[in-house]
Amino acid sequence: MSAPTSPITDTVTVFVRELRPVLRDPFSVVFSLVQPLIFLALFAPLLPGGLGGESTLQWFVPGIVVMSCLFATLSTGANLLFEIQLGSHERMLVSPLRRSALIVGRALKEIVPILVQTAIILLVTLPFGFRPHPLGALYGLLVLSVFSVGVGSLSYALALVSKDRHWLFWGVQQTLMFPLVLLAGIMLPVSGGPGWLQTLSLFNPLTYVVDAQRALFNGDLADPSVVWGTLASAAVAVVGLWVGIATMRRAD
Amino acid sequence: MTEKAHRVWSVTETMIHTSALTKHFTSRKSTVEAVRGIDLHVEAGEMVAILGPNGAGKSTTLRMLTTLLPPTSGTAQVVGFDVRTQPREVRARIGYVGQGTGSGYNQRGRDELISQGRAYGLDTDTARRRAAELISSLDLGSVADRRTSSLSGGQKRRLDVALGLVHTPRLLFLDEPSTGLDPQNRANLHEHIRKLRAEHDTTIVFTTHYLDEADQLAERVVVIDHGRIIADASPEQLKAEYAGDRITLAFDREDDAAAALPRLLGLAAGARGEHTGDRVVLRIDGGSRIAPKLLRDLDDAGLSVASVEIVRPTLDDVFLNLTGRSLRDAAAAEQPLTQENPA
Repeated sequence: MSAPTSPITDTVTVFVRELRPVLRDPFSVVFSLVQPLIFLALFAPLLPGGLGGESTLQWFVPGIVVMSCLFATLSTGANLLFEIQLGSHERMLVSPLRRSALIVGRALKEIVPILVQTAIILLVTLPFGFRPHPLGALYGLLVLSVFSVGVGSLSYALALVSKDRHWLFWGVQQTLMFPLVLLAGIMLPVSGGPGWLQTLSLFNPLTYVVDAQRALFNGDLADPSVVWGTLASAAVAVVGLWVGIATMRRAD
Repeated sequence: MTEKAHRVWSVTETMIHTSALTKHFTSRKSTVEAVRGIDLHVEAGEMVAILGPNGAGKSTTLRMLTTLLPPTSGTAQVVGFDVRTQPREVRARIGYVGQGTGSGYNQRGRDELISQGRAYGLDTDTARRRAAELISSLDLGSVADRRTSSLSGGQKRRLDVALGLVHTPRLLFLDEPSTGLDPQNRANLHEHIRKLRAEHDTTIVFTTHYLDEADQLAERVVVIDHGRIIADASPEQLKAEYAGDRITLAFDREDDAAAALPRLLGLAAGARGEHTGDRVVLRIDGGSRIAPKLLRDLDDAGLSVASVEIVRPTLDDVFLNLTGRSLRDAAAAEQPLTQENPA
């Protein structure tokens, strides 16, 4: 009694299924914000004044926004890891849902929590004097959404490869997370570091995303970093989705 | 469509047809021949149990039939489509209840049923209505809107079955459906499966290593061992063909028991028997009909029988006769057969 579906319907079905638990337990989104907020409360005051020529918050908050996205999307594969282990993933593999929709629907859902998280970070920092440029912030969120779809997709691919080996998933996730954050200059500017570290940071796509967010939130919409950040996000999304779909197609 | 037309049509339709279906798993230097050439034919409306010990190849066979695993060689048509070249056609037409928990751990049962309906192309309203129907018919009303992680084993299993039925498939696969359930929940699940069969004429194929489950539920039992089908018939036929009734006669004296055995074997054509101590054990078809004759003869010969017991055969007796191993022992002791790869 089943009827044919389109790739878009399949993707929406997976997207809605993934979103429902988030809507029913909104607190789960807030929970992954705890770490970024700790950095905001306990690390930002330690930063020297005048970073990037603006107030410390104007420099630090955009980086924390990116960090909260990275933390949430890099660990999102854990959900799929549980579904693989418990059996619901297998049930969906036997359904007529397209393999690509199983990845794309999940990855698109990542956008919702990161929008909520960013809104909370902005609400928390506004009273302390953070002033985001409205248009810049909106475009910044678009860039972040694209970036999150790519990272989320990679995290799901990692889960598919890890299967029942939780240690592999968390090992890779933890090993990647902090070098990415530090080399992107989220905590401290990389420009103050040695040459080799600056060179390494050039190979980190997150660097370009962070630089773009700083320019955008401060209203420098014409800054070249915006173009580079947009391109880096798009590249991460394309590579992430490609790897994710290919991995899902091979999944059994 | 009239009832009669429906029946004629369903009786003649093939649901599963496999030919020399084979699956080898290769890791490093060893090859595990999990399934070694299975020819299986299932018609619409059948209720088939695939019985065998753990590692016999039951689940691997099911995973090939449900498109989860590509066969190494051989072919399988399910609901008229090839599992290898037309997997989406197969998936759209079958229901599958796997060994694990089908519902997501952080989801609500009703939500999962609606998503499942959408996955099979039902529109939102139909999916909602169908979810409500299944929640009611599988007694999930009190738990459908709770997180599935808070459900009991029996409730989770019924939700799994509901998920497999959302699109009213004509062919339903269940992989070890009652493993881990207590006897009460198992009986309850069997009740639902029978009801499904009676009301919708659904073709059902399930794997099990429980003999009583195959015996009670299935009309046809396919016995698999070491990746091959070693028997395929109704439980009654299997028992009649491979086991026979077991008659245990206890004598007052051991000498009498020894003297009785040749007499008994002479009287009962086709019987097999042995004597240990003061007991004689015979295996023969129609034991309860032949027993009075045997007792009269022994009495005439002056061999005094102290007690007699006639036991109907079980599928375990069948398995023992087919393989020389008890199914219970085989499940514990057998590893999948491995073989060194010459390469």
